Amino acid sequence: MKLPVYLGLLHKSEGTLAESFRQVSEGHGHEPDVHFLCQALAAQCEEHQKALQPIIDRYGEVEDDDEPERLHADGLQDTRSGPVGLLRDLQDLYLLASLVDITWTMVKQAAQGLRDKELLDVVTGCDGQTSTQLKWLQTRMKQAAPQALIAAG
Amino acid sequence: MVDRIADIWGTRTPYARDERWPVRVDQVLAEGVRESEVERWVQSACVLCSNGCGIDIAVKDGSMVGVRGRSMDIVNHGRLGPKGLFASWQGVNNKDRLTKPLVRENGVLVESDWETAMERIVSRSRALLDEKGPLSHGFYTSGQLFLEEYYAQAIVGKAGIGTPHMDGNTRLCTATAAAAMKESFGSDGQPGSYVDIDECDAMFLFGHNMAETQTVLWARVLDRIAGPDKPRLVCVDPRDTEVARHAEVHLPVRPGTNLALMHGLVRELFVNGWIDQDYIDRHTMNVDELRTTVEQWTPEAVAETCGVEADDVRRAAEIFGTSERVLSTVLQGFYQSSQATASSCGVNNLHLLRGLLGKAGCGILQMNGQPTAQNNRECGADGDLSGFRNWENPEHVQELADLWNVDASVIPHWAPPTHAMQIFRYVEQGSIEFLWISATNPAVSMPQLPRIRDILSAEGLFLVLQDLYLTETAQYADVVLPAAAWGEKTGTFTNVNRTVHLSEKAVEPPGEARSDLDTFLDYSMRMGFKQLDGSPLLGWATSEDAFNAWKECTRGRPCDYTGLTYEKLRGGSGVPWPCNEDHPEGTVRLYRDGVFPTDPEYCESYGHDLLTGASVGPEAYKAMDPAGRAIFKTAPYHPAHETPDQDYPFRYTTGRTVYHFHTRTKTGRSPQLNGAAPDVWVEMSVNDAESYGLVEGDVVRVESRRGHIIAPVRVSGIRDGSIFAPFHYGYWDEGVAPSAGHRAANELTITEWDPVSKQPVLKNAAVRVEKVADGAGASSAPTTTASRPAGRGGGRKPALPTAGGPAAQAQETIAPVPPPAVATKEEHS
Ligand code: SF4
Repeated sequence: MKLPVYLGLLHKSEGTLAESFRQVSEGHGHEPDVHFLCQALAAQCEEHQKALQPIIDRYGEVEDDDEPERLHADGLQDTRSGPVGLLRDLQDLYLLASLVDITWTMVKQAAQGLRDKELLDVVTGCDGQTSTQLKWLQTRMKQAAPQALIAAG
Repeated sequence: MVDRIADIWGTRTPYARDERWPVRVDQVLAEGVRESEVERWVQSACVLCSNGCGIDIAVKDGSMVGVRGRSMDIVNHGRLGPKGLFASWQGVNNKDRLTKPLVRENGVLVESDWETAMERIVSRSRALLDEKGPLSHGFYTSGQLFLEEYYAQAIVGKAGIGTPHMDGNTRLCTATAAAAMKESFGSDGQPGSYVDIDECDAMFLFGHNMAETQTVLWARVLDRIAGPDKPRLVCVDPRDTEVARHAEVHLPVRPGTNLALMHGLVRELFVNGWIDQDYIDRHTMNVDELRTTVEQWTPEAVAETCGVEADDVRRAAEIFGTSERVLSTVLQGFYQSSQATASSCGVNNLHLLRGLLGKAGCGILQMNGQPTAQNNRECGADGDLSGFRNWENPEHVQELADLWNVDASVIPHWAPPTHAMQIFRYVEQGSIEFLWISATNPAVSMPQLPRIRDILSAEGLFLVLQDLYLTETAQYADVVLPAAAWGEKTGTFTNVNRTVHLSEKAVEPPGEARSDLDTFLDYSMRMGFKQLDGSPLLGWATSEDAFNAWKECTRGRPCDYTGLTYEKLRGGSGVPWPCNEDHPEGTVRLYRDGVFPTDPEYCESYGHDLLTGASVGPEAYKAMDPAGRAIFKTAPYHPAHETPDQDYPFRYTTGRTVYHFHTRTKTGRSPQLNGAAPDVWVEMSVNDAESYGLVEGDVVRVESRRGHIIAPVRVSGIRDGSIFAPFHYGYWDEGVAPSAGHRAANELTITEWDPVSKQPVLKNAAVRVEKVADGAGASSAPTTTASRPAGRGGGRKPALPTAGGPAAQAQETIAPVPPPAVATKEEHS
């Protein structure tokens, strides 16, 4: 059964996303909405990790995946500056959050197949928040894009 | 005669539930002017708060010499408050008025003429448009212009220039009211009416110090309280306000915790079955989400987080849950605090759960601060699309393009409108290089002033300012345009409960001052903005032309003005919209039938996630299929971002006093009002003062991570651990440069905003306090209001009671005529 691989992937990518949200929060302190919200969203990701833990304990986490480079995304190394820098950092977050989002979807499919009520509850509690994270990133990027791409120096 | 500085609300005229509020006509004339000498009384309404009291301006020898309330007006039934009585005319009729345009020459502002000033504006504007395009332009406007002026500005900005960077200081005052109504009901539009005060059994005031912000409305409440069957009052406010003193339950929540309280109240309604399941089933959606979100908020949990008694939460909920008719009002205590939109939607949720909406005495008043904030929202000078249209709905954008006869692609609708704080951020980053500010004073009213000053003085920014006076902000302008004031121009505006008033020109503006409408028309013409057929974009000659164009823009929209004309508004009372063929006399309450403007084709917004501000978007919204149902919107509680710690142990909150409006450009020039509240103060509780060894009047330095102020202490009834400062005091009458001053409350506030309404969080920051000097006497804070002294003053001589003396005498005529009826027959149906 490969579900443990995906649970591991999910756990790890939530952690990466949390770190990256924190990094963007710190790197863009002059954008207060980004600053504060990214902190809150980082905490959300860590909550997701916590919620997953009992499930992972049950199924066992697989650290070594057979195709690790195809599944794991690296977090942000550092943040960029300026309006376009903000846009790119948000876009990176978007990619990371998309990976988390689609992984939740797959885990949910498996949970349904297994009729694993506990896991389904965890998924229900978390995947909506991840999709809201994506929506927020999209909203914020849409707002920033015209100014950053046309008017900013 | 009554001293209306000492007696803020005037003489009581008690009345019972379902009776009409008796008339009392308040009048003041300049010293030495007798009533018989008044040559004309000119119809208007007061512009010193959102209440919109009908007022007549007394004119003698071409000058304003006084005012009286309009007895037939449904808003005020003849009454006026201290600001209306003393500042409306004296705040305008003043030697300090700007009379000529000013332009910057070699770093200093010098007197000039309109031709030079406008040509400078136009040449910079045109050069930037050619070189960098519309995103280089920003407009920051007001809550104090007239409807016609906002509409002109909206068209110039959206269809002439095509910039999404338009907002008003309404962002600081009323953005959350609009946002909360859009989220819950699908569109802006005040559900309730002031008549609900006459008809309710209980009133909840959420972060609304009505006694000071809308004094005439509070007089209406006091008259019910003095009557035989007074309403039960609940007050949510960290300060010991006049409202709190009359409340059966006072919930002095810690600043920044409103949402936790709302969750607790909502939970109590569920737990005790104080809900109308039938109404919920037929007229709302998402109730299960609401139930889940509030589940953990027991009265004890609320008590812990908010610092109030659990039993008080129960009592408040019981009053809400069991009173037959409940009216709620909401203002800055919610709007300018953390999680503003979610907390304000909480009030909507309480009413929806019981179906207490659209019927006698059961209303919601999501209040406004400023007199014409409503019109800014309607017209879209604040970034909304004109006529409560939805920028994400291509058909709505096309409707505007057809009305204005321009290409729809010019109208910015590809991204959310830029809110004020973001506009300033773009200026800071240098991508907005042309900023036009009208009738507002961000150098005192915006958060974190040291930063705002840096932004306004940015190299490369071309700053245009339109105002009555040389304000703190004017110091930074490249061109200053002298504006005609209230009473010097004709136009309309709309108050909190949708009542539209006509304000006629009473006197000539001083010198070369011009109405803002004329200035925008002139700019549009000089810029050569055109319709598709080549005719001028704005072909209006008069304000009435603008009003007629506006009516067309509102046809079929929630704010329908098509049944109104200047003629109809002349002579009688103001009329509440919608006013159209179906409602020829206007409309008292919205949503009588439980049908809400949430239909995807009709709604003003598809809504947001209240925690993050993420847009729901058209597809997801349509999939929800709201079909005219209201939506329960909520979010989990999240603590404020800046909370007290070891270094900054106090919670800092800012606000108003009854005697001033905004940055005192008008009220500071009324001797009566200025005398009543001449200088800044900070409030501390009796316990906190004692533990810091402070007594009344001692001078302290209050410091946040962003700046500091120095002010005398008023030991007041504020809750322990909180510090309050009034935000009115800047630097124009202090003789110091703003950058050297330490008086403005916003030196300390944080740059942060609500994720949905984008309203800045002006009421929550962390500060520390340090004594700098012994006081010479009591502070000059008013004794008549929330700043009333508490405790024993630590041995210091008590503050003298605030009074106005002979100069503050107003005439009150009680019940000269029967009370006016609200404009429609539905009032008692
Ligand atoms: S309540 Fe407001 S509108 Fe009425 S007189 Fe006072 S300041 Fe003016």
